[in-house]
Amino acid sequence: MTTTTAAEAGMLGCHACGLLSRPSAAGHTLECARCGASLHVRKPYSISRTWAFLMAAAILYIPANVLPVMETGSLFGAQKDTILSGVVYLWTSGSWPLAAIIFVASIMVPGGKLLALTVLLVSVQRRSSWNPLERTKLYRMVELVGRWSMVDIYVVAILTALVQFKALATIKAGPGAIAFGAVVVLTMFAAESFDPRLIWDPLEEPQRHG
Amino acid sequence: MSNSPRFNIMSSLIACRECDLLQREIVLPPGGTACCSRCGAVLHRSKPDSLDRTLAFTVGAAVLFILANVFPVVGLEAQGNRTSTTLFGTVRTLHDQGMTSVAVLVFVTTILMPMLDIGAMLYMLLPIRLGVVPKGLPAVFRLVQTVRPWGMVEVFMLGTLVSLAKLSHIAAVRPGIALWSFGMLMFLVAAAAVSFEAHDFWAQVAAAGRRGRRFHAKTAGMETAR
Repeated sequence: MTTTTAAEAGMLGCHACGLLSRPSAAGHTLECARCGASLHVRKPYSISRTWAFLMAAAILYIPANVLPVMETGSLFGAQKDTILSGVVYLWTSGSWPLAAIIFVASIMVPGGKLLALTVLLVSVQRRSSWNPLERTKLYRMVELVGRWSMVDIYVVAILTALVQFKALATIKAGPGAIAFGAVVVLTMFAAESFDPRLIWDPLEEPQRHG
Repeated sequence: MSNSPRFNIMSSLIACRECDLLQREIVLPPGGTACCSRCGAVLHRSKPDSLDRTLAFTVGAAVLFILANVFPVVGLEAQGNRTSTTLFGTVRTLHDQGMTSVAVLVFVTTILMPMLDIGAMLYMLLPIRLGVVPKGLPAVFRLVQTVRPWGMVEVFMLGTLVSLAKLSHIAAVRPGIALWSFGMLMFLVAAAAVSFEAHDFWAQVAAAGRRGRRFHAKTAGMETAR
């Protein structure tokens, strides 16, 4: 099968509107003739930017899981909950469907995202030609699933707003919520700055030289 | 469409956004989908009345968005005490507790970004429907592309349901009007995003642009004749 990519043919696809154009003057900043987005053969500094966001997210992943995300004050004393202890509490109190939702959205998804993006980055940097289709699917999954980690932030937001019974119980957001929110945002930025076309680029090389 | 001298536009070719493979565009049957032959990403779809549907869903979403922000999301009753909160109320409480960064995150993802998304879509689609190309259309189009991943109405909905389930053990929970609005808004936002087809959109823009030019040429001609 002979394949040609837009890059090999000297063409640029617009990332915003999809229009394909052939820049006749090299260099300069090129803009899409239809929607005005700046055009790049590949996302600029994709690998370094993705690594930067990913590392920042990995560092904040620790306080996000260690620090309390929610502080409950009640007649029976104060209680501080981390994400994991919240899941354990839900599990032991019998709300296992909720425990499962929070466990998947807040623990598995961010952790899995960090791992998946690391695998993608390392494989791209080593110019691996291993199973590009599966790696592209992995990337799509990362993009699709990442936003759902925000669930815990919204739960904390609504509980803090609602549970304000001065005498009985009050709920406050804890410092862990800041770190956790930052992890979600940073991993979303990381996924956005990664260019899936880099996965397919090593495949073109043998053709070009051979 | 502007004919920039630096570009030749390859309208019959299409590059996959995910693997950059060049492919020839094919004419699709109504409702058909063209996928990349190498990585399977969707290249374009043929949707009957794509823009009309998107506009209808977006108008509905705009109405529900207002309701979702004006009315309380949920109320709580425990031992004679009552509390309730609107969406913006959650943002304010977080801010008052010194959690400004979390408050900003909630504000941006549930209020600001959906508002920009809905507003920008109306700004583009209403005039195009009437055959006029709105000012600054390319910039607004790019705004929608940037804003869309950050609007998280459906995730907020799940978060609300989880917190209601958590609270139902300790207090009487009263779902508010905004909760139902949010539930519907979630579907309309998704429907608007799915029914929008950039391919058709730009074709309509080009058609409206041509009509506009012809109109201007005609009025200019009348003036010189007079």
